[in-house]
Amino acid sequence: MAETLTLGKALNAGLRKALESDPKVILAGEDIGKLGGVFRITEGLQATFGEDRVIDSPLAESGIVGTAIGMAMRGYRPVVEIQFDGFVFPAYDQIVTQLAKIHHRTRGQLKVPVVVRIPYGGGIGAVEHHSESPEAYFAHTTGLKVVTCANANDAYWMIQQVIASDDPYIFLEPKRRYHDRGEVDTESEPLTLHAARVAREGSDLTLLCYGPMVKTCLQVADAAAEEGRSLEVVDLRTLSPIDMATVVTSVHRTSRAVVVHEAQVSYGIGAELAARLSEQCFYDMEAPVLRVGGYDVPYPPSRVEEEYLPDLDRILDAVDRSFAY
Amino acid sequence: MSDTPDSGLVQLLTPEGERVEHPDFSFPGDDEMIAGFLRDMVIARRIDSEGTALQRQGQLGLWASMTGQEAAQVGSGRAAKKQDYVVPSYRETAVAWVRGLDPVALSAVFRGVDLGAWAGNDGNFHPYTMVVGSQALHAVGYAMGITADGATATGNPDTDEAVLAFFGDGATSQGDVNEALVFSSSFQSPIVFLCQNNQWAISVPTTRQSRIPIARRADGFGMPGIRVDGNDVLASFAVTSWALDRARAGEGPAFIEAFTYRMGAHTTSDDPTKYRLNAELESWKLKDPIERVRAYLRRSGSVAASFFDDLAAQADDVAADFRSRTLALADPLLEDSFDLVHAEATEHIIEQKAAYIDYASSFEEE
Ligand SMILES: Cc1ncc(C[n+]2csc(CCOP(=O)(O)OP(=O)(O)O)c2C)c(N)n1
Repeated sequence: MAETLTLGKALNAGLRKALESDPKVILAGEDIGKLGGVFRITEGLQATFGEDRVIDSPLAESGIVGTAIGMAMRGYRPVVEIQFDGFVFPAYDQIVTQLAKIHHRTRGQLKVPVVVRIPYGGGIGAVEHHSESPEAYFAHTTGLKVVTCANANDAYWMIQQVIASDDPYIFLEPKRRYHDRGEVDTESEPLTLHAARVAREGSDLTLLCYGPMVKTCLQVADAAAEEGRSLEVVDLRTLSPIDMATVVTSVHRTSRAVVVHEAQVSYGIGAELAARLSEQCFYDMEAPVLRVGGYDVPYPPSRVEEEYLPDLDRILDAVDRSFAY
Repeated sequence: MSDTPDSGLVQLLTPEGERVEHPDFSFPGDDEMIAGFLRDMVIARRIDSEGTALQRQGQLGLWASMTGQEAAQVGSGRAAKKQDYVVPSYRETAVAWVRGLDPVALSAVFRGVDLGAWAGNDGNFHPYTMVVGSQALHAVGYAMGITADGATATGNPDTDEAVLAFFGDGATSQGDVNEALVFSSSFQSPIVFLCQNNQWAISVPTTRQSRIPIARRADGFGMPGIRVDGNDVLASFAVTSWALDRARAGEGPAFIEAFTYRMGAHTTSDDPTKYRLNAELESWKLKDPIERVRAYLRRSGSVAASFFDDLAAQADDVAADFRSRTLALADPLLEDSFDLVHAEATEHIIEQKAAYIDYASSFEEE
């Protein structure tokens, strides 16, 4: 059955499904109960599943993640919400020193199937710490898997897939796309979790992107098509692990790649992709991998965020530079 | 101390505007001082409502209203002396006002043109942080610095310094706040923690943060914990003055829970009808911090009859000025951000800035 949902409502439906199908699934986080979360992603879930399964947490991120780890050790599948990207850091210690390492430390004796949901990214005119893209911190930590959805169908399925997995996940939600509508196919088999997806086929250059930038890159491909350039758009979906097979296949064909993300350009996912592509596709490529990202400045006051965030012009400019080689 | 929600509150002015005695605390000022408090509270509320209106009109991205909390903020803020360092959270409009900060500095943050560049102003008012609880540790560190400087406990109350740090009831759940209490107590730092218990952390009631009155936690950290009627400006002033005097005299930290109520939404982006009953708001309206002072001053006859109208007009003027200067705020330049990343610039950022300017100016020519 296919229906049209916003990305936010698709997440809600996916969470509802997960709560229905497994009594061990528990949601926790600040304001997720009566209020349904500040973005209303958990709206109505407490009313259906009760206060013991949809828990309003004390205002303590380290506590939220730390107790989720303990619940997971006891056989539960906690899915916790961090209210905004910039507030994950009080929990960073628990995520990086504990959550990521317990399986390895215990030689696989303990599994910690915790999902940490984080609305991330900018473009919503918010105050400080409400617009950040912290994905590289987590992707840099072995033991964590880091994924992000870019459309409603992926939102619906990927949230269920990460909850079903025995590994800890960082699940990044592109908050400025929460209201975008898309088709959700609730019946056919979804893509496997760690597969990248060719969101648009093209032959001249590959745009590598994820989360909030997928929509932007699709618009770039439209604009480029008008100038007679055929851009392929690959939505990574998973940042750790990266589906290099799909990436390499694409770049092998197009021979050019531009990576686009909102996070600051230095030391980020783009750097990882550029390094891997230079190892795996060096002889196939007509140009170096170029990166378009946030500048290496703290996320700016929101009145200038549109200049900070990659937009059509900046991405097209990088495309031009790639073709100029 | 029993555990009913509002038990053990220090009160010096009742909701009806009657002065009452308390065995441990008394208000040292006169009616002129009380009239000054009223002026601060009325103006701060007026700025606050203008902030909310500006947000509703799309001029601010967000506004964190403090209506209902004026007495806690003005009473405690006025208790801090010029030399004291005040560390706010993100809702301290009235504290900022009594510290002499231009309210447009606050609206600039919520409009998205600035991140808190008022640091260094001579009101000793620390920049806002949006990360709940972080500032408590910075406040303690600052207080440790005061001690290290020998700038307190000299016996001269006119120069001895202390820190006054604000946070909410929700923030008391954060590790940082608990660690701040540990540090301050271990080092007997000159600091007063002022927890505004406005009953809610967004949609979550105080009972989800603590099963006992929050002030009682202080005992476990080794410092006095006092609960004050946070809607009573006289009591808030008296209690905070006592705690700051103590801190300046080298007697260590104290924890004040100002029991109050946030009358509006958490911020302009939430809807309180989803999580709280209207009856609660109505019952708190009867304890309005401003009305009780008005009632007292009316009865005491110590201010001229025109005082109240003049004050309302003055508040309107402040609000109009606040509005027009907020609307006139210029957007920042992204290029300035590059200069602000480091104290000592790096080649990398200098080059990136140059590339950015080059790129941005390529559009202007088109
Ligand atoms: C570390 C962190 N987590 C979550 C948030 C989101 N948030 C902003 S204010 C708030 C509630 C704070 O409640 P309280 O401490 O009682 O202060 P109040 O806002 O009521 O003054 C929350 C959860 C945040 N700003 N920082």
